[in-house]
Amino acid sequence: MFRFAITRIAVLLPTFIGVTVIAFSLIRLIPGDPVELLAGERGISAERHAKLMQEMGLDRPLHEQYLTFILDVFQGDLGKSIRTKTPVSEEFFALFPATVELSLCALLFAVAIGLPAGVLAGVRRGKVFDHSVMTVSLAGYSMPIFWWGLLLIILFSGTLGWTPVSGRISVMHFIEPITGFMLIDTLLQGNYAAFNSAVRHLILPAVVLGTIPLAVIARQTRSAMIEVLGEDYVRTARAKGLPPWRIVGLHALRNALIPVVTVIGLQVGLLFSGAILTETIFAWPGIGKWLVDSIHRRDYPSVQGGLLLVASTVMIVNLIVDLLYGLINPRIRHAR
Amino acid sequence: MKRTLLAAATALAVGAAFGASAEAKTLVYCSEGSPEGFNPQLYTAGTTFDASSRQVYNRLVQFERGTTNIVPGLAESWDISEDGTVYTFHLREGVAWHTTDNFTPSREFNADDVLFSFRRQLDPEHPYHDVSGGGYEYFNAMSMGGLIDRIEKVDDYTVRFHLNKPEAPFIANMAMDFASIMSKEYADKMMEAGTPEKVDLEPVGTGPFQLVQYRKDAVIRYKAHPDYWEGKAAIDTLVFAITPDNSVRWQKLKAGECHVMPYPNPADLDAMRADDNIDLKSQEGLNVGYLAFNTEKDPFKNVKVRQALNYAVNKQAIIDAVFQGAGRIAKNPIPPTIWSYNEEIEDYPYDPEKAKQLLEEAGYGDGFETDVWAMPVQRPYNPNARRMAELIQSDWQKVGVDAEIVSYEWGEYLARSKRGEHETVLLGWTGDNGDPDNFLYVLLGCDAASGANRARWCYEPFNDLLLKAKRTADKQKRAELYQEAQVIFKEQAPWITIAHSIVFEPVRKVVKNYKIDPFGGHIFYGVDIEQ
Repeated sequence: MFRFAITRIAVLLPTFIGVTVIAFSLIRLIPGDPVELLAGERGISAERHAKLMQEMGLDRPLHEQYLTFILDVFQGDLGKSIRTKTPVSEEFFALFPATVELSLCALLFAVAIGLPAGVLAGVRRGKVFDHSVMTVSLAGYSMPIFWWGLLLIILFSGTLGWTPVSGRISVMHFIEPITGFMLIDTLLQGNYAAFNSAVRHLILPAVVLGTIPLAVIARQTRSAMIEVLGEDYVRTARAKGLPPWRIVGLHALRNALIPVVTVIGLQVGLLFSGAILTETIFAWPGIGKWLVDSIHRRDYPSVQGGLLLVASTVMIVNLIVDLLYGLINPRIRHAR
Repeated sequence: MKRTLLAAATALAVGAAFGASAEAKTLVYCSEGSPEGFNPQLYTAGTTFDASSRQVYNRLVQFERGTTNIVPGLAESWDISEDGTVYTFHLREGVAWHTTDNFTPSREFNADDVLFSFRRQLDPEHPYHDVSGGGYEYFNAMSMGGLIDRIEKVDDYTVRFHLNKPEAPFIANMAMDFASIMSKEYADKMMEAGTPEKVDLEPVGTGPFQLVQYRKDAVIRYKAHPDYWEGKAAIDTLVFAITPDNSVRWQKLKAGECHVMPYPNPADLDAMRADDNIDLKSQEGLNVGYLAFNTEKDPFKNVKVRQALNYAVNKQAIIDAVFQGAGRIAKNPIPPTIWSYNEEIEDYPYDPEKAKQLLEEAGYGDGFETDVWAMPVQRPYNPNARRMAELIQSDWQKVGVDAEIVSYEWGEYLARSKRGEHETVLLGWTGDNGDPDNFLYVLLGCDAASGANRARWCYEPFNDLLLKAKRTADKQKRAELYQEAQVIFKEQAPWITIAHSIVFEPVRKVVKNYKIDPFGGHIFYGVDIEQ
């Protein structure tokens, strides 16, 4: 197991270097420089332009800029945002908890609905329920997030008035961040009205962000279930006369879960990318919207720093999933 | 027992909170984005000014709310020397600074604060010059550095600005956001504490509202400045609920989660008009969208060709298709909200026959090939440049002119058109200070002919009028000069003036006395809520 963990971690280093290269070069591949964009129609003199580029270090050869970037990264310094002049890591970690909170709730929603739906669809393969789940999940999977979000807002917030339109908490509540997680902070401060408001604000964005993972999880669970139900040991269990709920709930589900866990782990990356759109629609103050703004402004340090941090998070989560997986299923460990 | 006490205390606290909120007036504004910071000297975005200069700070002179007129601010009055190079400001006494968590002012506003605010931007040796990255782009863009020779403190309540040359628009520049006045005492204290950048993040101003809390991408909270020199604001708490998507902003407004919202989606306008709780306000924007001919290149050196192509364009069709009602035809290079706008000017009517005739006279009876550059982005003065370019292309085709549509990434577009690589280019301008000079000289003056003047048009009779207006302090006389200049402009036709946008702002009906700011800002002093 130890050896397995070491190899998994060792693989991460080149991946990390690769990410730094991609994060660094992608934003620079987009034409346009931050200074010209900052000036807009108003324009900027050639001298002032050159001076600003020099101050930002953008006049130096690319490999030198990259070297500075990566050396700073290894010292834990991601530089300062061109726009706001505040450290990138400070901006990132102030917004990150909001994204994590939203993603976790979305994942929770996806698993809570997707798993049972998948199991039932697998058990009732070919029946009406199975077909409905498959159709709905296909629709969910192909749902454009932007459209889906607006639709839910118009229905539940606009017409029915059940949920607030957007934001993380009602502006009437004054919550100083402790952990940055609104649900936890409101409880820590003993403000139940604020907690209630935070929950109500979370519902729609979590549903929107969780829709695609839900569809993926439901489909994955269904096919894993169908496969497992065809195994010999299930037939043996049936032959022994075990009640169906025991066969499905204990014997089949446990084995069917193995691929499902992997898929859930992989959703983390998907959640972050979905968060970009969801956060924009719901005015959710997370890193997704922040990254998009930074790209529009060619804020090089924010984009490369932000991408690096997001990629690192995804890598770490996947590492943990890998390790857990190796723990659950010893066959994986010996395979390599 | 303990539990009962706790319950009683909670009930009391809740009661107190409700009691307070019933009396306190809170206005919620669904703003479109996060400010870059809270020092208007350092940034150029309207979103930043809304959050800083327009609520927290004052300037020596200010724009009267809802107009482009200059009125006294922190200066009660000002004199201009005979030769137009010395401006003496007489400062207002008894102006209180905000008291915040990390600053309690020991004195009122005085001349030292004015000197501090301008020297920081002007003098590279000033201890604050490099704080927070120290780019003063707006100050530089308005050429304030080259204009101001020195600033002199005559006494505690008199400040004198010595200019290098007479420049009448200077007074309008002094009402702009970057000219906001900051506290020197606060700055000194923060410098001593080793945290000078706090001045730019936790602002202390003299304005009607003071900052209480800011959460990036979520919320900005202000409270009314109790000792504000114009009188305490009618609303007690001002909240910016940051909501980037315009359709979502509308849903929030409709649901009563906010009172005012900027930049509605044109598709929602009809629903806003139909809603009984909403008052949809509108005003012409302080902008102009235009097509500039590169007058350094053939055939656009020829004035007849420029006039012909003016006749060839059906502007009404463009307004209908591109602006969908949120625009009006522009006949002058300045918008009608700016003083000296020449009502008398007659625009080139849509007349393809006349166009063909003029082309014939110019020796281009068989037409020619050219390009139309279309911006890749939405701007206030042009919501869809690509569509606009297509309409112009087809209009020109009818008079025998073949135009190819060209586009680049926005930064690249600006840079290349500045270098004059285009033959004709679509662009526009949003005014900075409401002065006609800010459109006419900046966009059409000889000095800008290799920069912001995309027509690269330098026409002496026109330019002379503008220079004369710069040296004239009398507003009436200046207005006459600019009106004359507009006549020459129309005759010479370096541009096709296309449109001024119309700005819409839906406001809930409980909000009283809200006015659209012609500069595109959002100002909440003077606004009240009916409860």
